[in-house]
Amino acid sequence: MDGRGDSGGSLITLSLMPALLRQEDFGGLEVAVDERRARRQLRQQIARLEAELAGLFGEAFGHTEVPHRVEAISAQPRVLDLGELEALRDELADRVAEARQALVERRRAEEEMQALVEQMLAAPQDFKWVRISREELGLPGCGHWHSRPRLGPIGMLMGWWRVKVSSGCPLPGRLAAVEHEAEARGEAGI
Amino acid sequence: MSADPANRMGWVPAPQQGWVAPHIASEFPGLGIAWVEVDAKPGRSPHPVRRRLRDLSDRTYGAQAIRLRERPIPWAYRVFYRQIGLDPDRTRTAIEQLTLERLEDGGFRTHGLPADALNIAIVETGVALRAFDAEAIEGRLCIRDSAPGESLAGAPAELAKGTLTIADETRPLGLLFGATGEGFAVERGTRRIAVAAVQVKGVPQIAVEEALWMAAATLEAA
Repeated sequence: MDGRGDSGGSLITLSLMPALLRQEDFGGLEVAVDERRARRQLRQQIARLEAELAGLFGEAFGHTEVPHRVEAISAQPRVLDLGELEALRDELADRVAEARQALVERRRAEEEMQALVEQMLAAPQDFKWVRISREELGLPGCGHWHSRPRLGPIGMLMGWWRVKVSSGCPLPGRLAAVEHEAEARGEAGI
Repeated sequence: MSADPANRMGWVPAPQQGWVAPHIASEFPGLGIAWVEVDAKPGRSPHPVRRRLRDLSDRTYGAQAIRLRERPIPWAYRVFYRQIGLDPDRTRTAIEQLTLERLEDGGFRTHGLPADALNIAIVETGVALRAFDAEAIEGRLCIRDSAPGESLAGAPAELAKGTLTIADETRPLGLLFGATGEGFAVERGTRRIAVAAVQVKGVPQIAVEEALWMAAATLEAA
């Protein structure tokens, strides 16, 4: 359809098309670029990206570091122009992409570790002395899985291997006792 | 503004609405400023205010701090900081700065009045508040950009053209989310305090009113 049969606006628009291709005719066509509208659009995009980045930051906290910083454009508050808003939007979009990538990589690493723990549990003798912490699986707490022989050297010689699951975080009292012991040793010059 | 008994919200004065320069308002719909004035002097916070700060400390945890930027009001301020060229991880929003200090110090430390009153209201509502010496303000407060040749009182350098400021009808009182000009901050000789709330898009009017009410009530009760 060439549009010539349309009534009203479409016909006018198409009849102006050749003129639009000539830069010098822009003024005559009274085509004004509404920068304010463009700035508003960019501000909306910035708001959306900031929300997304905040969500990724919260999700990643304690698991992995995600890039989330975007440097200030101005030392003092002011209305940013179109170019500055565009640069800010692009920077935020980059940070969101990088943060998402960092989270994907972290999740992949955690899944690999999870698979490794399952393999270790199935065949501990194939993973001698391998130790995987809960942190590596993205789990809270201080425990770990450790492939080690039963009965020490005898188990090593006999090939009796097992995965030992640690009992979690040390209690504060035990930590304090270790500190006191270390202090006492220091004082005694041991 | 005088404390006209008819113009009061409960036992604190009703907030007054300031204005925003039209070209700034058209760029930032939702931007606004409101303030209340109370007869109060700076000084040591009384026991109930310090107890309130301790209660707030007990209710504020690290996990909340991490998720703070996802909550609607703190997020709205972060977005606005970005939109005016600031980095909210360097020039922190009021609520994020207070939460960070709470985590670093192990509690909200008392800084006397009016700071404690403002801090309680900021932590409770998330709204950004500022205090000025009300007797130094001429007319209504507004948010506008600086005119050529203008500077903050006491600052040696001129403000860059277009810098966003909180101003009265004659001059800028301070930067929007920044330094306060000399003579406008609450100091030892202040007898009347203006508490101003900067509202940005996404911050509900009710939250602004609650923040102003809370700060004013704390100051008046002290």
